Amino acid sequence: MSIAPAPRSFHSDAPADAAAERSEDYLWTLNFGPQHPATHTTLRLVLKLDGERVVDAMPEMGYLHSGFEKIGEHLSYNQYVTVTDRMNYISPMANNVAWHHAVEKLLGIDLTPRCRSIRTIIAELARISDHLLSNGAVGLDTGAFTFFLYAFYQREVIYDIFETLCGARFTNSWTRVGGVSHDFTPLVIEKIRTFVKTFPKTLNDMERLLTRNRIFVDRTKGVGVLSKEEAINGGATGPVARASGVTRDLRKDEPYLAYEDFDFQICCASAGDCYARYLVRMAEMRESLKIVAQAIENIPAGQVNVGIDQRTALPTKQQVYSTIEGTISHFELSMSNRGFEVPCGESYGATEAPNGELGFYLVGDGSDRAYRARCRPPSVLHFALFPQLIRGHTLSDVVAVLGSLNIIAAELDR
Amino acid sequence: MPHDPPAVDDILAAVTDRFGPLETTAFRGQTSLVVPEPQSFDLLSHLKEQGFDLLVDVTCVDYLEYRGAKQRYGLVYLLASTTTNQRLTVRVFVDDPEPRVRSVVPLWRAADWLEREVWDLFGITFAGHPDLRRLVMPEEFTAHPLRKDYPLQGRGERHNFPVITRDHS
Repeated sequence: MSIAPAPRSFHSDAPADAAAERSEDYLWTLNFGPQHPATHTTLRLVLKLDGERVVDAMPEMGYLHSGFEKIGEHLSYNQYVTVTDRMNYISPMANNVAWHHAVEKLLGIDLTPRCRSIRTIIAELARISDHLLSNGAVGLDTGAFTFFLYAFYQREVIYDIFETLCGARFTNSWTRVGGVSHDFTPLVIEKIRTFVKTFPKTLNDMERLLTRNRIFVDRTKGVGVLSKEEAINGGATGPVARASGVTRDLRKDEPYLAYEDFDFQICCASAGDCYARYLVRMAEMRESLKIVAQAIENIPAGQVNVGIDQRTALPTKQQVYSTIEGTISHFELSMSNRGFEVPCGESYGATEAPNGELGFYLVGDGSDRAYRARCRPPSVLHFALFPQLIRGHTLSDVVAVLGSLNIIAAELDR
Repeated sequence: MPHDPPAVDDILAAVTDRFGPLETTAFRGQTSLVVPEPQSFDLLSHLKEQGFDLLVDVTCVDYLEYRGAKQRYGLVYLLASTTTNQRLTVRVFVDDPEPRVRSVVPLWRAADWLEREVWDLFGITFAGHPDLRRLVMPEEFTAHPLRKDYPLQGRGERHNFPVITRDHS
């Protein structure tokens, strides 16, 4: 059994521990974080060092805990989407899609083809922007500043698309139960088309900058190796698991939204080190772009939100003012005690978020609020793997491993 | 990619052979299996051997205010298979005053932090857990905030937290 309990002796000064510690006098303890430029967010590591070599690491979290799951029991299914923006804040759109995917699963709502398609496009753009930042940060932390700027410039383009779509750059809160708040306009489609055309060039530039860069390869290859068995046993998902040879991707394994309709590959590697995780993310961006390119030319026509008869999404203004059903539906959905019908049941809806499997376990009790809104964040399980990945490597590798796991504290702590 | 038809029924039949009849429910295409607490570890261990090699999540629901609930805490083990992509939910119900269940850390390392989180937020003891400490709340915290009888605004714990000055750090 390879469980590594975080050594309690770091903090306690019980006499029994003192004797053990004396024999390890040459080791010294370094506190890394919670405020450190390379943690990118507030998380803490207590490292036990032998010179420059990391003997052991004790990750600590909770510095950003804001009780999101408790808040989820007090906000309605539509209101809570604003909180999901703040979870993995480098790809908020992906969280919006994940939340309402889970809610719609609980409620048993079938989305319109148009909604499925545009949600897919936006989720893939979110994946690209997430991977750009996480790979950019790995580059930044290992000394490749130019690479980071290339990545960040393209994130700006995606932010601009989101802003055109719904008026917000970061905290989009774009999805609604049974639909979305803003449909695609011709301008959004035009901007996404331009992005699809221009992004491959940047991606090529980025690959030429870093993929065969001697310094970067030396810093990341063979560092933080995670084997396939350890990845499965440790609950790793997403790019971290796929870089270790786990061929699991919910987009293929449990197709949701419109993923069945598009041609794309699952990107895997077998090395399981930081370099493999970098490569998997780079390859996934190309695949995501393929999905966007196919989807943007084939957006189904028709309504974007589910019909009035289902009474979950707000009707359009035209329906409200010109039909009696629209007026009634709008009125009832706006009343706190009417709303839509929620079954007394429990379901788990998961999506393949950029970081891994992002799922929500929802318990409905008939009211318009979830009785329990559990978020299954991928980062927690990845961060728990950290001590095992860093043991035996040097202090400077800490930032490379942290960056390649893409730990987002807001998602970690919720 | 070929999708094998889910053979959850076969797995459930094998479970019934070994553990006797267990309550199963299906909702929205998800099968959930209720197991009494003393058998939970053996069942999860059996399911792991049957191919459910990925522990997706361990969480808990406090049914204090839920209509028709008999026991207060319902633990949720979400299992998945990385080869067949099947999913199965295992429910274990425990009750006050001493909610306790056997830890599955010997089976999955993933359970380590997930169980710590459940202990932190719900106060359920996991027997056999190697390092059961709070995960997200501070060590000084005494309550379990995701319980239904804990108010959203808190109970003013933050005012009593010790203040560490630069001289004493």
